[in-house]
Amino acid sequence: MTSRTVIQLALRSAAVGYVVCLILLPLSALGREALVAGPGRFVEDVTQPQAFAALVLTLGAAVVTTVIHAVFGTLSAVVLVRYEFPGKWFLNALVDLPFAVPTLVAGLMIAAIYGPTGMLGAWLQDRGLAILYEKPGIVLAMLFVTMPFTIRALQPVLMELEREQEEAAFTLGASPWTTFWKVTVPSVLPGLLTGVFLTFVRALGEFGAIVIVAGNIPMKTQVASVYVYGEIESYNPQGATSVSIVILMISFLSLVVLERLTRPPGERMPACFRGGSWLRSRVRELPT
Amino acid sequence: MKIEVRGLSKRFGSVQAVSDVSFAVREGELLGLLGPSGSGKTTVLRLIAGLETPTSGEIFIDGRRVNDLSVQQRNIGFVFQHYALFKHLTVFDNVAFGLKIKKWRRSDAGARVAELLRLMGLEGLGHRYPHQLSGGQRQRVAIARALAPRPSVLLLDEPFGAVDAKVRQELREWLIRLHDELNVTSLYVTHDQEEAMEVSDRIIVFAKGRLEQVGSPAEVYEEPVSEFVARFIGSMNILEGEVKDGLVRVGSLEFPAPGFQDGQRLLVGFRPY
Amino acid sequence: MRLLLIATVWLYFGVLLIGPIAYLSAQSFGEGVAAFWQEITRPEAVHGFALTAEITAIVLVANVVLGTITALVLARQRFIGRTLLSGIIDLPFAVSPVIAGFMLILLFGPETILGTLLGAAGIKVLFALPAMVLATLFVTFPFVVRELTPLLQTIGAESEEAARTLGANEWQVFLRVILPSLRWGLIYGATLTVARAIGEFGAVLVVSGNILMLTQTATLHIYQSYVDFNYVAANAVAFTLLAISFGILTVLEIARARAAAAQQA
Repeated sequence: MTSRTVIQLALRSAAVGYVVCLILLPLSALGREALVAGPGRFVEDVTQPQAFAALVLTLGAAVVTTVIHAVFGTLSAVVLVRYEFPGKWFLNALVDLPFAVPTLVAGLMIAAIYGPTGMLGAWLQDRGLAILYEKPGIVLAMLFVTMPFTIRALQPVLMELEREQEEAAFTLGASPWTTFWKVTVPSVLPGLLTGVFLTFVRALGEFGAIVIVAGNIPMKTQVASVYVYGEIESYNPQGATSVSIVILMISFLSLVVLERLTRPPGERMPACFRGGSWLRSRVRELPT
Repeated sequence: MKIEVRGLSKRFGSVQAVSDVSFAVREGELLGLLGPSGSGKTTVLRLIAGLETPTSGEIFIDGRRVNDLSVQQRNIGFVFQHYALFKHLTVFDNVAFGLKIKKWRRSDAGARVAELLRLMGLEGLGHRYPHQLSGGQRQRVAIARALAPRPSVLLLDEPFGAVDAKVRQELREWLIRLHDELNVTSLYVTHDQEEAMEVSDRIIVFAKGRLEQVGSPAEVYEEPVSEFVARFIGSMNILEGEVKDGLVRVGSLEFPAPGFQDGQRLLVGFRPY
Repeated sequence: MRLLLIATVWLYFGVLLIGPIAYLSAQSFGEGVAAFWQEITRPEAVHGFALTAEITAIVLVANVVLGTITALVLARQRFIGRTLLSGIIDLPFAVSPVIAGFMLILLFGPETILGTLLGAAGIKVLFALPAMVLATLFVTFPFVVRELTPLLQTIGAESEEAARTLGANEWQVFLRVILPSLRWGLIYGATLTVARAIGEFGAVLVVSGNILMLTQTATLHIYQSYVDFNYVAANAVAFTLLAISFGILTVLEIARARAAAAQQA
């Protein structure tokens, strides 16, 4: 063995060992806990009214968040790429801010301005719309922490979008409408899907921002992550495990679906078997 | 005349890209638009295709004035410099794109695509995606796609610009062969004078948005109309001399200079043979 | 139409980002600068900042060293299970921070094998610094690796091989060829790690026990103050972290621009 092979083996063992200890070991602990209890207990935990309501609320709020960002995030990406206007650089730099701001601080900011004594909150309350400690607050918190995903996933795709491809469609007789649906949309779709799915997964797991703004009233404004936290605090690891497993499964599944949908055309093998990353490398998922 | 252009001009803001250009392309001809980069040749091609609107001037295809027709209505085939293949479609679907738009019957379209793939040496690659092809293959797909709906003229913008030298030579031979076989009137843009000389039936030389000279490769080479054309095509040494007694003197050499006045200064060009 | 679109984007940013940030900043000084200063210099707050800094420093070093090694292994070595390893690295992204913390509790709890062993050896993991560091490592692990692996793949192994043919040993290759080309990408990944480590809340809350003056980080201190209706304290510390976030954002933007420029060259 040359010294180089020794070094390579040492590095490889370090990397594999680190990943196994840091990521796989904790995951296996959760899996073990679930297996020990068995499927009967799992179903019982998850269908318990408070847990079930938390899961439904989380999924619903995450879907609403995703839809809002899909519309307004796409719009923002297009405007930021195609138009020149005063303050453009400022907005562009601001996009990443939710990744740099602690989620708890994000929650405080929303609570301050949209709370009943806050500037916007008081105004909205007079019009009969309460945000804080209500469902809109949860969506607002999720919107804040996931803001960059759609915009940052779409921007590079929109910039790369070749005018030439659209022109080629024109010369082949395609109308602008046909060109938009058959050429522009398919080229942008992988970026949009990446943004949408990452938004959804991130929103599902959000805790810090929501715990501040939601009020955490069981059956009403308690999301799954807050429910899990409550179960841990009240020494019920079993209940926490079952709900965690559901959230994790949905998250993993979303990422696998995303992987399948955005696989380059003609590639049969999923990226995780080709050595690629599950998530598109152009999207940087940043701090919460 | 297959294509005719009269007094064509195009301004982009303060830049005069094309000024007062007129020429005609004959049926079945393979014509090269030659000029340095920024000379307006690509703009002329895009104006003919309808991808740009002329500031002034008229364009005729098949004797019909097409100024007011959109790109879609002009029935031209366009090959882009960087291929502009649809990345989300297979080779087959790329070539079939125009046929689907024109609502060809499925069986006819399939036969047409197969025929073109065979003609372009792309058999067996129909199910592949653009990113799985080499540069030369991509360009041939682009040509096949442009030819599929039977355009009345084929316009090519620097078709071999993005591939390496060896592949370029191969593609040139393809283009000549293709042109001989299909006999479709073709107009192509290049900045490579050697390529233009080898491939074209006739050459149009552009400089700074103006048409300098039109002629067969031999004409343009043997009888350049201006110093620019002389310098741009082939290699030439140019020296200055003064006319005296109907002769121009360059150093110790004398050449006949009929029709020039004594004392006039002339440029004399020499080509290696 | 154009104006309407631009106005919509401004409104979207205003409602979600600009408004809340500006309002919180104003609120932090609502009781005056003196009150703000008093809140962030209270012993509990200072302890929180110090603990956050300590955890961040440990996590930063671990992530930079082991993250770089993992990226090198992923980009340059071929072995069975490499693709699986690459897939696992993205997993923390899909795991809610609370669940990440919960998994550590299950792993190190007093009734588990690992917990019993460590307890017998007198090492306290849960509700102490080790678990807080592990939780933060878990959530920040992908940042450096995910930043460096694609970078190494684009750069290619050619210049490293060239250095070897010129007689450089592995350490020299790393120090003189690999590291310089990774510099801005590494700074980018490291900054992300710092941002997330400072801001981490859910995972740390679960494993720390949130013990005052002992395991209470800056974010936990904000949470505790908020729950205790001490909004002045919560806002003051939150504003301090927000200001740090802006600094981090600036470094991120610079590093991103430099990394892009370096890749072009």
